[in-house]
Amino acid sequence: MADAKSYDLIVIGSGPGGYVAAIRASQLGFKTAIVEREALGGICLNWGCIPTKALLRTSEVYHLMTHAKDFGLSVENPKIMVDKIVARSRAIAKQLSNGVAFLMKKHKIDVLEGTARLEKGSPAPRVVVDKGKGAGTYQARHVILATGARAREMPDAGLKADGKNIWTYREAMVPGELPKRLLVIGSGAIGIEFASFYRTLGSEVTVVEALDRILPVEDVEISAFMLRQLVKQGLKCLQSAQVKSLKVKSGEIAAEVVSKEGAQTLTVDKVILAIGIVGNVENLGLEALGVRVEKTHVVVDGFGRTGVPGLYAIGDLTGAPWLAHKAMHEGVVVVEALAGQTPAHPFDPWNVPGCTYSHPQVASLGLTEEKAKASGRKLKIGKFPYIGNGKAIALGETEGIVKTIFDAETGELLGAHMAGEGVTELIQGFAIARQGELTEAELMETIFPHPTLSEMMHESVLAAYGRPLHI
Amino acid sequence: MASSITMPALSPTMEEGTLAKWHVKPGDKVQPGDIIAEIETDKATMDLEAVDEGVIGKLLVEEGAQGIKVNAPIAEMEGEGASSPTRPGVPPEESKEQPKAPSTASRAEVAPRSRTAPHNESAPPASKGGQRIKASPLARRIASAEGIDLSALKGSGPHGRIIKADLKTAPRGGPPKQPPAAGGVTSLIEPAVLDDRVYAPDSYDLIPLDGVRRVTAKRLTQSFMQVPHFPLTIDLEIDRLLAARKAINETTTDATKVSVNDMLIKASALALIAQPDANASYTDNGIARHKSAHISMAVAIDGGLITPVIRDAQHKGLAQIAAETKDLAKRARDRKLKPQEYMGGTFSISNLGMFGIKAFASILNPPEGMILSVGEGSPRPVVKDGKIEIATLLTVTLTCDHRVVDGATGARWLEHFRQFVETPESMLL
Repeated sequence: MADAKSYDLIVIGSGPGGYVAAIRASQLGFKTAIVEREALGGICLNWGCIPTKALLRTSEVYHLMTHAKDFGLSVENPKIMVDKIVARSRAIAKQLSNGVAFLMKKHKIDVLEGTARLEKGSPAPRVVVDKGKGAGTYQARHVILATGARAREMPDAGLKADGKNIWTYREAMVPGELPKRLLVIGSGAIGIEFASFYRTLGSEVTVVEALDRILPVEDVEISAFMLRQLVKQGLKCLQSAQVKSLKVKSGEIAAEVVSKEGAQTLTVDKVILAIGIVGNVENLGLEALGVRVEKTHVVVDGFGRTGVPGLYAIGDLTGAPWLAHKAMHEGVVVVEALAGQTPAHPFDPWNVPGCTYSHPQVASLGLTEEKAKASGRKLKIGKFPYIGNGKAIALGETEGIVKTIFDAETGELLGAHMAGEGVTELIQGFAIARQGELTEAELMETIFPHPTLSEMMHESVLAAYGRPLHI
Repeated sequence: MASSITMPALSPTMEEGTLAKWHVKPGDKVQPGDIIAEIETDKATMDLEAVDEGVIGKLLVEEGAQGIKVNAPIAEMEGEGASSPTRPGVPPEESKEQPKAPSTASRAEVAPRSRTAPHNESAPPASKGGQRIKASPLARRIASAEGIDLSALKGSGPHGRIIKADLKTAPRGGPPKQPPAAGGVTSLIEPAVLDDRVYAPDSYDLIPLDGVRRVTAKRLTQSFMQVPHFPLTIDLEIDRLLAARKAINETTTDATKVSVNDMLIKASALALIAQPDANASYTDNGIARHKSAHISMAVAIDGGLITPVIRDAQHKGLAQIAAETKDLAKRARDRKLKPQEYMGGTFSISNLGMFGIKAFASILNPPEGMILSVGEGSPRPVVKDGKIEIATLLTVTLTCDHRVVDGATGARWLEHFRQFVETPESMLL
């Protein structure tokens, strides 16, 4: 196309998957452009990971203030200033979005503002950008779709956000005031994080989970542990329960919940929908190109290939786990394969750590005990409780567990499951062990600094082989 | 202080061994290099040499003991008293004063040592032509357990590091890992025991499986079931070959006579060089096209089969091939082959002509891509120019791994082979 501006790579969507793919491509010498219809950084930076971590930091500080006495301090009447909390969270999101703009400039990546759609083209689909400064038609050798996802809604059951009483994560992170009574529907990472945030700041929170346990993707033991902890904090958790309807009446919401115990009606002030997400597959022209979409997600192989020549997809758009670091990693895998880097390894979901930043935190990697057992392997399982760790006691965080699962025959670390203070920062140690294919022997021989929470990782490995030191 | 002598991993496929014979008794003083015992591995009987100087303490296993796991202690060595180059100043006489049998204290030393270092068990060779092999700890562990030769693999990890994924397609010498799925083919092909209701226990003699039989059984089953194979059969006229052989053996003063099989080995090697795409092994990472022709020859030994290798056979003269085949076959029967002498072939020949077999199709010897089965050469009628004549014909069957050798490739190889066999002078070119 003579009139189409040409690139080596165009990335559609500037969330963590998209902008990382663009940077890596630029590093490898690709002439690269990225299309964004809203703010650089996508949901993660603007409406996801980062602003919620800012909020949870506030609830953590508040929790410590209300427990100051335990640490020999006296704090009188800590006051919650919702507007300031939200302002801090938004400022941080803005700072990071600006940071992405800087990174794009640094790597000479053209940012095309506008909404993209695809048309048939060669060697890759043509990218048409509408409604923005970047409007125009572009042809690239490769196109990566990284359009992300959004909150799932179920309008038939009245589970549809209205932005006022019924929220998605988007409204939930910019509250005007704290709801007195809050219902969170869904107990994945997003649901549990908001439940934890609002509960810590004093809301009465009920979590409803359709499956038989909260945090259903985690190890059964971790779900049970978290249930105990959250209930202890005054949270209500209804498991194997379904919200049949939500009725808004004079500022209140009546939620009809059916569980094994029967039907009940909960009256709350706000509802957060956290029942999963759906891929942003609409209005991209995917159907005309013959891109396979299943349950709102684009079907790809381990190298992000969609089956349409020159078209790739990464991140939330391609399905679970819906995690920023999964998207970033996929972006790098796809781009490096495009650059002909060998040997190329396909994306392996096994090595993606999952984190929930509630209080206590949850972090995990690899197979749960249930899945490891189902795989037919002989297992070695180690557990170590926080109460046995000096640093945990010093921190006043004695509730927690580190669990490791090994293949008894090969010593392969099959899974690691942790709950407690700081575990989201610890899980990378096990991720390195898996990526580097370390066995229990190397982990046992590793020197862990004392006193740290990380010692529990060591102890858990030792425990799997019947030789823990501090229990 | 006592240290233990352990069952060594004498080949990558070895998991356990039999202590065939002790060459020492308690109290014997040994020097590095002294032969301590003979170990029967899965493939051969090999000498176990002393690594350190010292005095033999207790022998922990009896002569003839079977199924000793690699790395399990087999004897104790009273090492401290011996004058070791690394420990100067200790008078050598002291070693004689060491108790002949280990004290309980020294025994206690041995046990925990073997417990704390279980990961070196039958560690595969850690070097590739003297270079260190880069492999992840997990890959090393699995390779060791499954008898995979890491030096034969190409790593796909950072800086060529061998990772678990690279082992998927590697040839295994040890027992193949079966998928956990129940009721798979394993149960069909590997019945663990005979059913007493079918054969009364006293109606047969049970001959224990030795290492060779066990490995042969597993590898052949694996090969037959996992490799898509097909046979190609042709008749060769070998009158000129026989004449050439006769002439060679009449002129040579050497005691070693050249056999038909030696000439077929040479002809095979030359045909492999002439048709290089037939000298190949399948891997999921690509076709390994071998640069030289290493010919494995099947040798029947007591209780099994072993395939010693004539290396670089294309470069070797018939006299040398004849000398090597004779030596290898003899040592194979005595189970004295070293692992490197029966591993690394790129093509196999199996000959049952001496038993009067006319034609047969062998099972591939993975990872080799082809195996040639040679029948009996016999006078048979042939039609030449419309007339029936008598010629000495030899029927050969080439079994090919279809993943690397297509029918046409195999046929072309046979054409080259025919040329070398029917016009033996061309082997001189």
